[in-house]
Amino acid sequence: MTSFRTAQGGRIDRARTLRFTFDGQSYTGHPGDTLASALIANGVHLMGRSFKYHRPRGPIAAGAEEPNALVGVGRGGRYTPNLRATQVELYDGLVAESQNRWPSLAMDVGEVNDLVPAGVFASGFYYKTFMNPPSAWKDLYEPIIRRAAGLGKAPEQPDPDHYSHRYAFCDVLVVGAGAAGLSAALAAGRAGARVILADEQPDLGGSLLSDASATIDGLPAAEWAAKAAAELAGLANVTVLTRTQCFGAYAQNFFGLAQRLTDHMPVPDPKAARERLWKVRTREVVLATGAIERPLVFPENDRPGVMLASAARTYLNRFGAKPGARAVIFTACDSGYGAAVDLARGGVEIAAIVDMRSEANGPGIDAARAANLPVRTGAVVTGVKGRLRATGVEVGTIASNGLVNPAGQLSCDLVLMAGGWTPSVHLYSQMRGKVRFDAERQIYVPGDRASNEHSVGACGGSFGLADALAQGVAAGTAAAKACGKGATETAVPGVAGEILPRGGYQGAVPHHRDVRKVKAFVDFQNDVTAKDIKLAVREGFRSIEHVKRYTTTGMATDQGKTSNMNGLAIAAETMGKAIPEVGLTTFRPPYTPVTFGTFAGHSRGDLFDPIRRTPSHAWAQARGAAFEDVGMWKRAWYFPKPGETMHAAVERECKAVRASVGLFDASTLGKIEVVGPDAAEFMNRLYTNPWTKLEPGRCRYGLMLNEAGFVMDDGVIGRLAPDRFHVTTTTGGAPRVLAHMEDYLQTEFPELKVWLTSTTEQWAVIAVQGPKAREVIAPLVEGIDLSPAAMPHMSVRLGTICGVPTRLFRVSFTGELGFEINVPAEHGPAVWEAVWKAGEAHGMVPYGTETMHVLRAEKGYIIVGQETDGTVTPNDLGLDWAIGKAKPDFVGKRSLARPDMAKPDRKQLVGLMTSDAGVVLEEGAQITAEAAPVQGRPALGHVTSAYASPTLGRSIAMALVSGGRARIGETLYVPMPSGAIAVTVTEPIFFDKAGSRLDV
Amino acid sequence: MLLIRCPYCEMDRPELEFRYGGEAHVARPVNPMAESDESWAEFLYMRTNPKGLHAERWRHTSGCGRFFNAIRHTVTDRFVVTYKAGEPRPEVKP
Repeated sequence: MTSFRTAQGGRIDRARTLRFTFDGQSYTGHPGDTLASALIANGVHLMGRSFKYHRPRGPIAAGAEEPNALVGVGRGGRYTPNLRATQVELYDGLVAESQNRWPSLAMDVGEVNDLVPAGVFASGFYYKTFMNPPSAWKDLYEPIIRRAAGLGKAPEQPDPDHYSHRYAFCDVLVVGAGAAGLSAALAAGRAGARVILADEQPDLGGSLLSDASATIDGLPAAEWAAKAAAELAGLANVTVLTRTQCFGAYAQNFFGLAQRLTDHMPVPDPKAARERLWKVRTREVVLATGAIERPLVFPENDRPGVMLASAARTYLNRFGAKPGARAVIFTACDSGYGAAVDLARGGVEIAAIVDMRSEANGPGIDAARAANLPVRTGAVVTGVKGRLRATGVEVGTIASNGLVNPAGQLSCDLVLMAGGWTPSVHLYSQMRGKVRFDAERQIYVPGDRASNEHSVGACGGSFGLADALAQGVAAGTAAAKACGKGATETAVPGVAGEILPRGGYQGAVPHHRDVRKVKAFVDFQNDVTAKDIKLAVREGFRSIEHVKRYTTTGMATDQGKTSNMNGLAIAAETMGKAIPEVGLTTFRPPYTPVTFGTFAGHSRGDLFDPIRRTPSHAWAQARGAAFEDVGMWKRAWYFPKPGETMHAAVERECKAVRASVGLFDASTLGKIEVVGPDAAEFMNRLYTNPWTKLEPGRCRYGLMLNEAGFVMDDGVIGRLAPDRFHVTTTTGGAPRVLAHMEDYLQTEFPELKVWLTSTTEQWAVIAVQGPKAREVIAPLVEGIDLSPAAMPHMSVRLGTICGVPTRLFRVSFTGELGFEINVPAEHGPAVWEAVWKAGEAHGMVPYGTETMHVLRAEKGYIIVGQETDGTVTPNDLGLDWAIGKAKPDFVGKRSLARPDMAKPDRKQLVGLMTSDAGVVLEEGAQITAEAAPVQGRPALGHVTSAYASPTLGRSIAMALVSGGRARIGETLYVPMPSGAIAVTVTEPIFFDKAGSRLDV
Repeated sequence: MLLIRCPYCEMDRPELEFRYGGEAHVARPVNPMAESDESWAEFLYMRTNPKGLHAERWRHTSGCGRFFNAIRHTVTDRFVVTYKAGEPRPEVKP
């Protein structure tokens, strides 16, 4: 294999050799190489296949804007797809593979797509080609499209790395460390401002690292950059972040930065984070993000070996990799000449410089002529020969009437494109700056300053090196001054030997060939050609945002960095409008793709979401309990004995509670302490029930509505003293209820003297439920008379249990005699254990949430959020008894008097009995009047709860049914895929209707 | 991420610490039962939804816990001013 490595020069460490593989083939490179530069040094340009047509592709760029050379890198869980080979730093042992090809990159079956008749893959082909029959979409078309047109594949193993997040604050954030960014950081840093300088490359310098001709302050450009970097490293007030992409600008000078920490290492330290997300808030920001060279849109401009002139310069000057042996430079801008001169000096034969402009003059042209390089003006490249690599070009001349005449062929293996420069205004635009169209140069540049923003150098539309340095110094000084820092002034460095990149072109290059048969690419990544955009306009798309989506130009991982302006120019020309009249698509973050790991940070695995565990958690775990997630809580679901099914365990637990006694952890209930002289009045206003006359020591079932009159929460509330209530809420509702209470207390009733405190985590709640509950706890309790007369149902007493202070509630959510022992949470496990030991003699069983649900349903007790959905009133639930009708006002009261709230056809809570006692309905199932529901007629309601009831020995269900209470005794239907299930409407209470079991 | 000034803490804090609370200055009628169905529905459901300056309630949930009011521009998201609950809506220019 011929080596394309130069004999000397470049920023690579030639003393060390790195081995790597690409598609299984072994190659070598040097430290300092990227994957792309190392492959090019090995003569390899074919690095990918295109998205739609599977055309062979090589890199056209040398940096972040690369649309073609997307590769998968790494092994196992570290495999990362869709990386730009132009940004992947080489390390020893790197394993990379190409994407979107089968069976191999050189022989890809998908390439037949390139031969299908014109039009099949034209704009909107997804919508046109895969139309009928509709049923084929899911099973046939979509899988085929996904396989054929995918980008990389996802890694198949869990990511072994970890990622970190960091907040940072600074006076001046400088984005980009090219000439402008370095001089800005130096000026601001020397002035004493806190500076963060971020650049996506491993070394500071930006385009200076690829510049072989200019000098700054008498030093070669790259040496000046190294000197500047060394000075910045020595400033304590400056933080330099390399390998760090500032990917987005957000409100109020907030920026997202993604830092790659270990991807360039062969064996990363397992303790080190792979990437770090920086969330930076800055006072002033200097944007020095540079510009991206535009490709020229001519037929077959996508062949491997065709690349941007600036990229060729970078490969040669920075990496010592010759991108070819014989080059044709196609240019509309003076920067093409600079590239030609550099390449010639580096040993690449220059076949021709083909300049679209009829007249060319200036220092660049003079330098090319001085080097005896052949220049053709008023000429265009009209086609590229070769398939896996360019072998030559067709050239044409532009006549005075604008038509193109063929003018022969040139052999070459490298074709450079110099279409001028597009400022990277992404961050400026994301800061809500309004770009301005520079009609003379036909480019968008930043307009008025966005908040505290300074766009300097090429991203501000100033492409010259001297301008970039001067603007950087000025912006860095001004930004520091705005932060009150201005100790040291910085002089503007002097520049010699630069060639200003005058000129440029956008849109389709004219040619003489049959437009129906050639493909001139605008968007390389999405395979969008000039004629696709013209077709979209002809089909009626006028908004550039619509043209973008219909043609897919500017989408996917490169977000149109190289294609947007050419696409816009072609659309504008087809519409007969000027470019600014057509508008510009939005510059969305991220600038380059950011991994999910970076955004997730430490929020994965156990840290994905906080986990709340109850005091009995370890005890339940030791007994093999199954757990369920309830909000963030882990709750014991059921306690299976060895080999026992869930159904059997729940049946056993239910029967034990009804026959003897069960133990249940109710600590997850929300708890709020409502205290103050006006506590009772506050409760009167926030709950439907009357509270004034509730005696201390007694409890009441409280119902909370929102202002619209719908049930929001419920719970048992104990009055401990005239000015103190112990409020319980649903497990999931606690934060919502407290916020609702605070809202009314602070904003509507600020005159009430009340204090609210969340005590959910302070109390462990041990529920002992069943006929033998009193016998179990009696030996443990001190200072409380537990007798039925002294402590009736719905009462609360203060005393001690196992020597620990307790708020002992006599309440029941099972319909049995029951106590809920509240003890300080730290004593929860010990008291739980003591109660368990005391209960064993009575045959006590632990039970979980499933049994709790079944027992409460047998009694017709609702669960807010299961029987309610935000549209249910107290009357709908048959809870009118819980409303204090004599109260002048409470939250929701006025709404209950609205006419809609009294309609007879409202959905009301009822019970359902299936005709087949063994059939348990599905929760959420719809209920109809007919076994075969009529299409277009709404359902009568739905099943809210359904269980097999061990107590009744049959299935039971609760449901919300339109006019339900008037339908008791009727037969309705629950249509299911296997046929309708007949049900009888009943009262929503199935066991101990009189409540006699509570009163013992 | 927006910075929001809590008028009680007198500090600019990140929006993560706050929760939105709907339009401000929608006072609950003193005697709701005296309201007509129409005026009550108006109070419950009708909001101004302006394009431009909007007076709205925020709560410093992860800070002091207090409700306060803010004037925010609904196009730019910019907070023009924040002020304590109970204070009148200040006169501000967009």
